[in-house]
Amino acid sequence: MTAHTELKRTPLYEKHRSSKARMVEFGGWDMPVQYQGLIAEHLAVRQAVGVFDVSHMGQFIFTGPDALTFLQFATSNSLAKLPIGRAQYNMLPNSSGGLVDDIYIYHLESEKYLMVVNASNIDKDFTHLKNLLISKELPEPFKVALENKSDDYALLAVQGPHTRAVLDPFCSVDLNAVKKNDVLPATLFDLEVLLACTGYTGEDGFEIFCTPEQAPIIWDHLLEQNITPCGLGSRDTLRLEAGFPLYGHEFSETLNPLETHMAWAIKMHKSFFGKEALVSLEIKHKLIGLKLGGKGIPREGYEVYCGGKKVGYISSGTMSPSLKCGIAMAFVEKDVAILGSSLQIKIREQMFDARVVEPVFLEK
Amino acid sequence: MNIPQNLQYLKSHEWVHLEGDTATVGISDFAQEQLGDVVYVELPKVGQIASSDETLAVVESVKTASDIYSPVSGEVIEVNASLEGSPEQINESPYELGWLFKVRVTGLSSELLDPSSYHLVAEAEA
Repeated sequence: MTAHTELKRTPLYEKHRSSKARMVEFGGWDMPVQYQGLIAEHLAVRQAVGVFDVSHMGQFIFTGPDALTFLQFATSNSLAKLPIGRAQYNMLPNSSGGLVDDIYIYHLESEKYLMVVNASNIDKDFTHLKNLLISKELPEPFKVALENKSDDYALLAVQGPHTRAVLDPFCSVDLNAVKKNDVLPATLFDLEVLLACTGYTGEDGFEIFCTPEQAPIIWDHLLEQNITPCGLGSRDTLRLEAGFPLYGHEFSETLNPLETHMAWAIKMHKSFFGKEALVSLEIKHKLIGLKLGGKGIPREGYEVYCGGKKVGYISSGTMSPSLKCGIAMAFVEKDVAILGSSLQIKIREQMFDARVVEPVFLEK
Repeated sequence: MNIPQNLQYLKSHEWVHLEGDTATVGISDFAQEQLGDVVYVELPKVGQIASSDETLAVVESVKTASDIYSPVSGEVIEVNASLEGSPEQINESPYELGWLFKVRVTGLSSELLDPSSYHLVAEAEA
């Protein structure tokens, strides 16, 4: 980080400072990495309930009669059967077999969709989507308005098994009737918000889309209910345990998403931008999970070996606060991606045995 | 910021306590706070020869692995084996229970800082 870089701040920046969060630069934003401690925050989400400020993430709104047709063209997952009030995980393929981003799409109303994108990709994604709108591949101009509403939304993720019980008394809708991936308008703490049963921790929970003015008020209400404020540090360990990839680690403009366990979100029965490039790529590697038995913490970039031969590298690694052992996602040559077998991770010139598992570490 | 007056420091956040020819080494309160929850410590072996300003140990938090440089040269005479089972002592008591290793000193790093100089270093990074 250089001193002249102006970091962006979320509407909760002052809250983070006053609660003595440790701040770090993340994708151009000044974000809390932890409050009282990463492990305590991680376990609060696994065992009770925690809240994350994810206002740095981007929001695009698509409206118009061709919104669905355009999104079907721009994304790899199929929205054809996504009803109003439902959300899905999706991807933005590029023209060379990689991804511009991985995203979430919420069907808000007839002819209206909300796309949530990674913070560090907001400008890139918006430019990409605008270029697609005027691309020659489309037979005629699409009747869809695309707006970058990232500055108009704050986003709080309340996650953990106690989420419904804690929020229900303050919410206008019966939260126990809300299913995973539902999205609906609601009144929460007497404020009108958009509520989605989504998140990136592997736990039950809700994401609250609200205005920048509402965010600090809701934040205070949540903390009054003894919900644990959580930073990006625990967000990363939680998503890794749950087996969720992260753009910049498991996905990029050059990594092939078909090599990951998220390939289900690429629907070959429909046509979409970048499909031909994806289809033509040879699959050489596979994203696997690695679990260490004893000591040793795998880190991003460490090399993976099989019988003394280098076969891949770690894309994300950590000590798992829930499992109390080292876990990692790694891209390895597909021939050695055998569940139950052992591979070696080179940690500071020493080889550590690790078991090959599905890249999902939580047993649910 | 807790920076005891009776210690000397490296700008890489190690502290050293000198008593006779024995040096006790650990990481500063600022360093443990920056690292976050310490979950694993790799210590040198007793009898190993330490050279000042070379990596002698590794302290790992959930998020990151951090090399620990020796502020002194000499033979390692003792390591804090209790950290293997309770690495969190580095967070809870960085200057007492969380010490890393002891060295029989034959030389000092030329980069040692007094407490007030180290305070400036830590403040600049905070």
